[in-house]
Amino acid sequence: MKFGVVVFPGSNCDHDAYYAVGTILRKPVEFIWHQSEDLANCDALILPGGFSYGDYLRTGAIARFSPVMKSVEKFAASGGLVLGICNGFQILCEAGLLPGAMMRNSGLRFICRHVYIRVEQTDTPFTNAASKGQILKIPIAHSDGNWTLDDATLAALEKNGQVLFRYTTSAGSNDHAGNPNGAMHNVAGICNRGRNVAGLMPHPERAAELALGSADGLVIFRSMVEALVGAARATA
Amino acid sequence: MGVSLQMATASTEIRVTPEIAAEHGLTADEYARVKQILGREPNITELGIFSVMWSEHCSYKSSKVHLKRLPTRGKLVVQGPGENAGVVDIGDGLVAAFKIESHNHPSYVEPFQGATTGVGGILRDIFTMGARPIAILDSLRFGPISSDGFVAQLYPERGRTDAAPHLGNAPSDSATLSANRRILDGVIRGIGGYGNCFGVPTVGGEVAFEPCYSQNPLVNALALGIARKQDLFFAKAKGAGNPVIYVGAKTGRDGIHGASLLASAEFTEQSRQKRPNVQVGDPFMEKLLLEACLEAMQTGAVVAIQDMGAAGLTCSTVEMASRGGTGIEIDLAKVPQRETGMTPYEIMLSESQERMLLVAEKGREQEVLGVFKKWGLDAVVIGRVTEGGLARIKNNGGVAAEIPAHPLAEEGPVYNRPIAPPAPRVESESDWFQFAPEGMDLTPNFLKLLVSPAIASKRWITEQYDTSVRTNTLAGPGASDAAVVRVKDPKTNEVKRALALSTDGNGRWCQLNPRVGAMHAVAEAARNVAASGARPVAATNCLNFGSPEKPEVMWQFSQAVDGIAEASTALGTPITGGNVSFYNETLGKSIYPTPVIGMLGILDNPARVLQIAFRNADDVIVLLDGANTDTVAQGDSPAAFSREFSSSEYSKTLGALVAGEPPAVDLAAEKRLVDCLVALASEGVLESAHDISDGGLAVTLAESCFASSSVVGAQHARPPLGANVSLGDVRPPEHALFSERGARAIVSVSPDGLAAVLAIARQYGVAAREIGKVTRKGVFRIELKGRTVIDSPVEALADAWANSLERALVKG
Repeated sequence: MKFGVVVFPGSNCDHDAYYAVGTILRKPVEFIWHQSEDLANCDALILPGGFSYGDYLRTGAIARFSPVMKSVEKFAASGGLVLGICNGFQILCEAGLLPGAMMRNSGLRFICRHVYIRVEQTDTPFTNAASKGQILKIPIAHSDGNWTLDDATLAALEKNGQVLFRYTTSAGSNDHAGNPNGAMHNVAGICNRGRNVAGLMPHPERAAELALGSADGLVIFRSMVEALVGAARATA
Repeated sequence: MGVSLQMATASTEIRVTPEIAAEHGLTADEYARVKQILGREPNITELGIFSVMWSEHCSYKSSKVHLKRLPTRGKLVVQGPGENAGVVDIGDGLVAAFKIESHNHPSYVEPFQGATTGVGGILRDIFTMGARPIAILDSLRFGPISSDGFVAQLYPERGRTDAAPHLGNAPSDSATLSANRRILDGVIRGIGGYGNCFGVPTVGGEVAFEPCYSQNPLVNALALGIARKQDLFFAKAKGAGNPVIYVGAKTGRDGIHGASLLASAEFTEQSRQKRPNVQVGDPFMEKLLLEACLEAMQTGAVVAIQDMGAAGLTCSTVEMASRGGTGIEIDLAKVPQRETGMTPYEIMLSESQERMLLVAEKGREQEVLGVFKKWGLDAVVIGRVTEGGLARIKNNGGVAAEIPAHPLAEEGPVYNRPIAPPAPRVESESDWFQFAPEGMDLTPNFLKLLVSPAIASKRWITEQYDTSVRTNTLAGPGASDAAVVRVKDPKTNEVKRALALSTDGNGRWCQLNPRVGAMHAVAEAARNVAASGARPVAATNCLNFGSPEKPEVMWQFSQAVDGIAEASTALGTPITGGNVSFYNETLGKSIYPTPVIGMLGILDNPARVLQIAFRNADDVIVLLDGANTDTVAQGDSPAAFSREFSSSEYSKTLGALVAGEPPAVDLAAEKRLVDCLVALASEGVLESAHDISDGGLAVTLAESCFASSSVVGAQHARPPLGANVSLGDVRPPEHALFSERGARAIVSVSPDGLAAVLAIARQYGVAAREIGKVTRKGVFRIELKGRTVIDSPVEALADAWANSLERALVKG
């Protein structure tokens, strides 16, 4: 089992994702440079947070044209696990691997704070170790997390159970009140129809140790590990 | 910018006259010195070079003689002042590089860009040394943003809006208030815009408001970086024949004379015209530069490296040669340029951001160039290190400038400027704060204090900063008295220690007494670091003052330096570097003298970070007092209390009065308290710690209650805990509750741990008194000599405190 963390120019959470997987979960992990088309035989890819190409155009709009993205698309099409965090989520949306687009936060400001998200689906490689309805405390740090989608596609997405995480309050009582950025349906994270590509705005890699405020984010990486172990067993 | 200066930037042919030299800010004596060093008249490019190198900003010509009095050595100090940043040994083969720098004038002229380039500049100083930046703090000063807190509604007869006009404490008009809000908003967005994109967390700092900063805000940015000791880099050119490589952004016409004309002159009505002198920041470019530089350094082919900050290419070439005792030769035709037709004068003086100059080992330049190519950055060999000490600037085959590097960098003018104390303030008892009668309910006043911008929660600001990227933040803004980040080994990611940082400085106190005020800045910074559990080890300083040409300002400066020297000697925290910012005045009015101290502390066990938040109901609240002055009046007369209290935040906010003297500093008491807090933290016997500072004991207790609702590591937000405190104090009630005397802290401890805390305090000679209990009832209550003086639901206080800044800023 090997994780790959893709490094775009301007990625700045690449080290953090690497640390969470490599040091905390003690799983093999390596960086993949954006100009490489070789995914180094990784079994799961993480597109980390940051400001790829400075986000001077639309977030993720340039990074999606990096050479590595061709390989990421092929990898995803063949069922490989791809997780986009924050800017990584934005890139996956721009690349069409996930539906929707990111607008500026409704408050028009960068926001960094812990938020609460509820796990909506557990039948995915990103949430299988969580329980349905579990509330995770995870930090956000972004200007453009106001996820938007046309009504028809959004309805289909909900019907297919592709909304994996929804903002909510600490007690899980009021999703709207817990929504920090105006995202439609309080969506914090989604997956594709094949359930092997997921993106979320909160940073699970920053919520991987209690000393830093929360270890709730680990469940997402643990789920990926379990999915990979399960897949390996199935093919063995 | 004068007419001939504009001509100068356009033409190389212009002949230098004494008038043109004067327009460049050079005095007649300085110009004579230029001619003496050269043995001839300078050409216009050379004049430009001298003018920036000898500007106040770059040469420290007015401050040098005083800065020598600062203690700069210590057993942990690896590098003191003189390099890009100070460096401290933090153990296990790792070092911390840290430095604070001002970007005040640019931030007034163009708040967003001024603040971004301030952050960008200090980050470059850190990674130039081979250290990866892991934290930013910002010490900010603005003019008032709201009229709240300036009207003494409760006691109009005691509100003295006319008081002490020389201290500039009159209420501000609405145009000024809204201008200040706009400046603050631009600065906050600028700091966030740069740090968030670059990917280093902004973990702390402070924000204060005084009328004197209305047209001269202070933006002081501190950066901290980590390196392995053997991987440190210095800015010393070596080895004749080694190639000089330019990397990073292309050179444009922005920021020309930023250091000399913008930073080294006071503001006038025309200052807005200086907007072209402000540089423009590109954090994405800097992020690439960071990664590329650190990677290039790993090749072993880099000999020396220097960032291009103030005075751009001029400063970097000349300083590298001067420090290395070499010469340097560069060809401007090879410098990557953003615009066509730039003159040598413009190229040499441009302050375009995100550029670096490095010296590589001859024959290995391709290894270095390859790394920059990988990161998509311009990297060009533009010259070489030479023997003989000359800085030779060539352009299209001709020589554009030729100056001996060492005299230019090191033998510039040094001034021992005239010093004169200002006329003494004549004050009598009636000018000082009149205390409320005993037995009065102080709750309404307390509420007003909590919502004043100085005391109110800064969360609205700090949430716009990325505080958690790099996953090191153990205590972000407001969680602990200092920001605490853990240190990962750059090679192994192993965590052994954490570092604490705090920036502090009270301009109002320095205005009243610069020496005592400066001592307080050092003492409070050390106290804050200790209250986070870390041992204070070294400091960096940013000295913000008015015009050095005014004898009273130089007196303030000299006094402040003496205060810093005395306090940092007593507390064992040498000053490893920093920055002097003079000419902070507009239309002839100086700001309060504002030395800001950035204190670094080492926490040997990262699991022992102390937070300010109360943890559990029924924990015992203990007042630690290094001086033990609280129960006994120690012979203080009522007038002495009044005089001291007139300098407090409470006096300013509730009485619209700034006068008197700051509280006396007892450095021995501060040292006892610092040592005691560090010992208590390392024994792990405390539940919380919070030093007493702005707003005094009552505010300190309240903040520990407020923070209890969101303890770091707690799963759910919960209603804040309350406090029930009883004081047996003989002082006037307002003094007992709101005095800002130093050497004190509030700690909480479980009933079982109390004996251990009292024993350790005794061992360190610190008075420890049980003053109350943490309660679950959600009531904040303080009783004085048996009578209740403050009584309120905690949540009512917390809501007002948490939301008042946003209300003032967003809703005006």
